[in-house]
Amino acid sequence: MKHARIAWAGAIHEAVESDGELLLTRSPWAGKRLKLDEVVWLPPLAPVPQARTILALGLNYADHAKELAFKAPEEPLVFVKGEASLIGHKAITRRPQGVTYMHYECELAVVIGRTAKNVKKENAYDYVGGYTVANDYAIRDYLENWYRPNFRVKNRDTCTPIGPWLVDAKDIHDKYGSPQNLSLQTTVNGKVTQSGHTRDMIFDVPTLIEYFSAFMTLQPGDLILTGTPDGVVNCDVGDEIVTSIEGVGELINTLGD
Amino acid sequence: MSKMNPHPSLNSDARYWPQGTVYGALLNFQQEWNLRAPQMSEAPHKGAPKAPVLFIKTANTFTASGDSIAIPSAVADVDIGANLAWVFGADAKPVACVLVNDVSIPHESYYRPPVKFKCVDGFMGIGSNARDIAQVKTDSVVLTVKVNGKEVQRVNYTDTVRKSHTLLSDISEFMTFQEGDVLLLGSDCLPDGKRPRAKVGDMVEISAEGFDTLVNTFVGGAA
Repeated sequence: MKHARIAWAGAIHEAVESDGELLLTRSPWAGKRLKLDEVVWLPPLAPVPQARTILALGLNYADHAKELAFKAPEEPLVFVKGEASLIGHKAITRRPQGVTYMHYECELAVVIGRTAKNVKKENAYDYVGGYTVANDYAIRDYLENWYRPNFRVKNRDTCTPIGPWLVDAKDIHDKYGSPQNLSLQTTVNGKVTQSGHTRDMIFDVPTLIEYFSAFMTLQPGDLILTGTPDGVVNCDVGDEIVTSIEGVGELINTLGD
Repeated sequence: MSKMNPHPSLNSDARYWPQGTVYGALLNFQQEWNLRAPQMSEAPHKGAPKAPVLFIKTANTFTASGDSIAIPSAVADVDIGANLAWVFGADAKPVACVLVNDVSIPHESYYRPPVKFKCVDGFMGIGSNARDIAQVKTDSVVLTVKVNGKEVQRVNYTDTVRKSHTLLSDISEFMTFQEGDVLLLGSDCLPDGKRPRAKVGDMVEISAEGFDTLVNTFVGGAA
């Protein structure tokens, strides 16, 4: 099942995808059907009682590491993001004036489904609640070699669109075998600029869950953004960027100033 | 107990607990900056940092004052990072101050994000009382750090690189603090560039005038 969190008719609602429409699931609107273009899309994540942990991978595709002139890392290169950087599908991301190189990063986002501590690879999929698409924008003008990638590059307001759907892990595992069997693509104004495949991750989803849960307990709703493949290009104000992952969704974002 | 509670996110009758994301500032004390300055132009940094250097303490690190903190078995001791922190209210304005111990596995390099050093389960001691910011002169607070009752460090916020409002202003250029978010204003090093250390069995106290002392005992056993 594909889950969404939307704003409509003055309130926030949980919904699921049904025959190309949104089906509201909770009282007082349970059963109500809406077109995909008549709602405001929020990040497809239920609120959590404490700060959500958002882990993001750098250089996790061999080709992208090469593109950025880095040798592949020997352990995951991870940074943390604040929840306030997340925005939903079909939203506007701000491009600061005067920057020269702002690029999207299409990433498979893993949403943790149950408390994970010292999880072994073999059991790691039991701890995944679902998958969604994240676009982890970076502004390379602001890169500094201090806790790189630094927050001014990676933790900016509006710079992490996520959604539209949270797809149940079981659906992906049943249909594709695993999340390592999905093609990724980004288009800018309709033109394909990035295409890759999750099989090319250096550290796959089970390896990442084992690695992180060895020292940090992950809670339901925590996120792991698994990195992006080759093919990032500068985008400008007005550009429509669509980051899509097979079976998971197409996440649309527009740059604004 | 004061009846004045202008900020609903801070229940003055209850023990303080972070409601949002906890950010921290690196290299915000002049002493550590000066010690590292000669190498800042060299690889891998190739230049002194321009924007504030930040990190996040994830929610799995939160440990109440009075509770113990487990040191991973592979590590001999951990850094004590005594911090004064700001708690944010609505409209990205700081409304309260709290004491925090930003515990880290010692790491020399500030090149890559410090997740495996700073986001270990339990690695952030949190003071039990958040004080109204109007009652605290942030940029002149002095913290005293004691290990097993013996003073090992004094941290004076007159010695920061960025005074608190400058730090906030420079961070606000690219991100907005949400209600309940926290900003650690920086921890100082010792004259040798290291931080005070704690090992299994140590009791660490961080105190400042007007705050309940933050106390955590370090224990072993974490794999």
